[in-house]
Amino acid sequence: MNRSGKTADTMEGSGLTISASSIKVNEATLDEDTLVFSITSQKLSNGMGVCVCRTYEDFEWLQQSLFAPDEPDLHGVIFPPLPAKLIMSPQSQINNKTLKQLGFLALGDCCRTYCEALELYLQQVALHPILSKNKALETLLTNTESPGKQRAKKGIFNRLSQVMEEKRKESHKDVDDFFQNERDNNSNMTALTKVTTERFLDVVLAEQRLSVASKHLSSSIQLWVNQEDSANAAFSKICLKTSKVFETIKRNFEKTAENNISTLGLGLDLQSRYQEAEKEMLFRRTCKLVELEAANKNTERAKANKKGIMEEVRNVLEKQFDGMSSMARQEVGRFHQSRVALLRTALVSWCEQQLNTATEIAALYSEHLEACQKLPEE
Amino acid sequence: MERKPPPFPDSEEQEAHSEKAEEESGDDDDDDDDDGGEDIFTGNDLFSEEGSYPGVQEPSVDNQHASNGLRSDDDEQDLFAEARVELSLDRSSTKGIREVTRSSPSAPDISYKSSTSKMSFEKPEEEESNDKFELNIAVTHPEKVGDGMNAYMVYKVSTQTTLPMFKSRAFSVRRRFSDFLGLFEKLSEKHAQNGYIVPLPPEKSVVGMTKVKVGKEDTSSTEFVEKRRAALERYLHRVVSHQNLLQDPDVREFLEKDELPRAVSTQTLSGAGFLKMINKASDAVNKMTIKMNESDNWFEEKLQEVENEEQQLRKLHAVVDALVNHRKDLCGNTAVFAKSMAMLGNSEDNTALSRALSQLAEVEDKMEQLHQEQASNDFFIFAELLADYVRLLGGVRNCFDQRIKTWQRWQDAQSTLQKKREVEAKLLWANKPDKLQQAKDEITEWEAKVTQYERDFERICATVRKEVLRFEKEKSNDFKVHIIKYLESLLVSQQRLIKYWEAFLPEAKAIS
Repeated sequence: MNRSGKTADTMEGSGLTISASSIKVNEATLDEDTLVFSITSQKLSNGMGVCVCRTYEDFEWLQQSLFAPDEPDLHGVIFPPLPAKLIMSPQSQINNKTLKQLGFLALGDCCRTYCEALELYLQQVALHPILSKNKALETLLTNTESPGKQRAKKGIFNRLSQVMEEKRKESHKDVDDFFQNERDNNSNMTALTKVTTERFLDVVLAEQRLSVASKHLSSSIQLWVNQEDSANAAFSKICLKTSKVFETIKRNFEKTAENNISTLGLGLDLQSRYQEAEKEMLFRRTCKLVELEAANKNTERAKANKKGIMEEVRNVLEKQFDGMSSMARQEVGRFHQSRVALLRTALVSWCEQQLNTATEIAALYSEHLEACQKLPEE
Repeated sequence: MERKPPPFPDSEEQEAHSEKAEEESGDDDDDDDDDGGEDIFTGNDLFSEEGSYPGVQEPSVDNQHASNGLRSDDDEQDLFAEARVELSLDRSSTKGIREVTRSSPSAPDISYKSSTSKMSFEKPEEEESNDKFELNIAVTHPEKVGDGMNAYMVYKVSTQTTLPMFKSRAFSVRRRFSDFLGLFEKLSEKHAQNGYIVPLPPEKSVVGMTKVKVGKEDTSSTEFVEKRRAALERYLHRVVSHQNLLQDPDVREFLEKDELPRAVSTQTLSGAGFLKMINKASDAVNKMTIKMNESDNWFEEKLQEVENEEQQLRKLHAVVDALVNHRKDLCGNTAVFAKSMAMLGNSEDNTALSRALSQLAEVEDKMEQLHQEQASNDFFIFAELLADYVRLLGGVRNCFDQRIKTWQRWQDAQSTLQKKREVEAKLLWANKPDKLQQAKDEITEWEAKVTQYERDFERICATVRKEVLRFEKEKSNDFKVHIIKYLESLLVSQQRLIKYWEAFLPEAKAIS
């Protein structure tokens, strides 16, 4: 699942003919009121480029196609999270509802952050040892026709955990310490990550407001100087310099916010959604456990004639549960590795970009300071 | 009053006597507590013009007698110009502000903000002698005296100087806010009518002071006191950087004398009240202006410029205010985010990641500090600068109005003279010798007045021109000094930020 995808590109017998790291979601254009994404990728065999146009429905179709209900082991997979749908208003302005729903993904120029999130999603699927073998991915990436017209099967993404009566199963005690720990940690971390992401969003929004306010101040001063016919040339010069200073301040906030969004913001958002995906998986397993334990009880209580049937049912469930659990174990290990790697990448690029911006701005301030000091004294 | 012999003994003492006479007349009444009981409208609104201001003496024709003494002051001006110690303004105001250190308004302990300002009075290079005199003034140690609604703040005003006109080289006094207002009133009375731009003191504020009196120890009252302290300091700097005002014994007394008589009419006197007075006077004057034939457009144009500038600065002040608030928001949000991040770091299993996240939380905390300081700088360096100048421009406008009043007085005298002459003519015709003599006497009297008022008018024209030029120069330098100071603080902040990022990078890279 790591982004650099150095060694994970080629998978023996993976069935995917596309190089995972070459998948790029380039841009989004608005066609009436539907967003159309342009996706490019490269064939593994000959490096030939492929380009397709897809809508959000196509992505949804992919997500739902990944799950096959008759493969019980698949229940133990942590499915890469697909971002929620981005609704663009006609003036392509972000409204509060979108901001609440999508957070960082709603920010950034021309849906850039959102495109990156979709790109990450596709890459995660392409890098998954099992999911990448699903033909649906290949279809999405290479077919000339968009596949989303087919009504996909309902599948597991009904957010079981949101159904009230299912909720009490969430706290059902586990038979395995490993999983009990994992569930507890996940619960804790999911909540914390969500809160942290929201608060970071508040920081970024404040930075954006400061950028606008600085620009306003800079323009106001400049407007004044241009209008005024003053004989006081020295004063006009100083005001112009001041206007430039605030222009730089605006640039500072603008760039800082951009950096925040594209690195740490995106990173935290992905963490948050992935943790939710893990939660889903763990919950599925817990539900299966509840089913199994119920079946056990039924078997014990069953009368002699029914016992055989009950046992069979129980055995099937047990097999499913075991298969699921072993898959889950693998997935959990993989999840932690990749989530740490993802966060590392986010933090490093965040730090590097902010450092660059800070250095650039410092140089600009220096220039301004020199220029102001050179102004003749009256 | 005891005084060391000032630099210009003869003229100085004469001036001192006349001014002394004036002072004593005004100080007898008892006035209540400083800020209490004043108009309720001033509040925190910087430029509220609602303050009631009944007691101010508008320098008017009625003050003819008092002005006798003042005229000699004007005569002194010429002597000052040839003085060996030229009080040059440029470098003084530059230095004065450069060395002021600001403290964050959130700092709880404000009992001794040390903001010193150095002012060196140096000669411009063209002059021959090389005398340098220094004058440093600091306003520090705000202290609350008394309890409840009768409480007031006292500030320590410390002076260090080599100017011979002071009794010693270093001294300090305690002054309360109404003392500053009292100083302004005296200076305004004496000098405004001669066309000098008298600096305005900071605003009174019922809301701000009430919080302080009530004993609220929160950041907003701390901020208020700091804001006021800084404003009072800037006010004094401006007063002493004006060569004529510095020579005024009231200023010396303010800086030196241990106990000042309580300032009286400052009960309703405030910057806002003064502005209101100016505006009322302006309205009256506007009616006169129509009649005034300007031979020189300079005054009209300048006044227009001044009015435009005042409007512009008000607008800018509002924009800067918004900026300050946004920055405070950012501060708050950063602090909250840092806490979340710290909790996240604590819950993280992976050791290296956990450490990196905790580091991140610390970096964000430090950034919050930076934002906080920057907000304070935005405020003290810019917002207050703009606010000061809006007030000062009001003072400049007043100058112009005074000139027109002076012109009016001259015109009125001329028409009175004309009437007297007509009376004389009638008496001559009617042949009433006894009344004739009286008429002749009156004519002589009024002829003298006309001459005097004409001279006054010419003098005030010259003064206003000079003052405006001086003001413009000072304004340019003031703004320049402030923008440089602001840039320096931005640069320092930025460099610290770079260090934080550089320190964090290896931690982030160490994650595995």
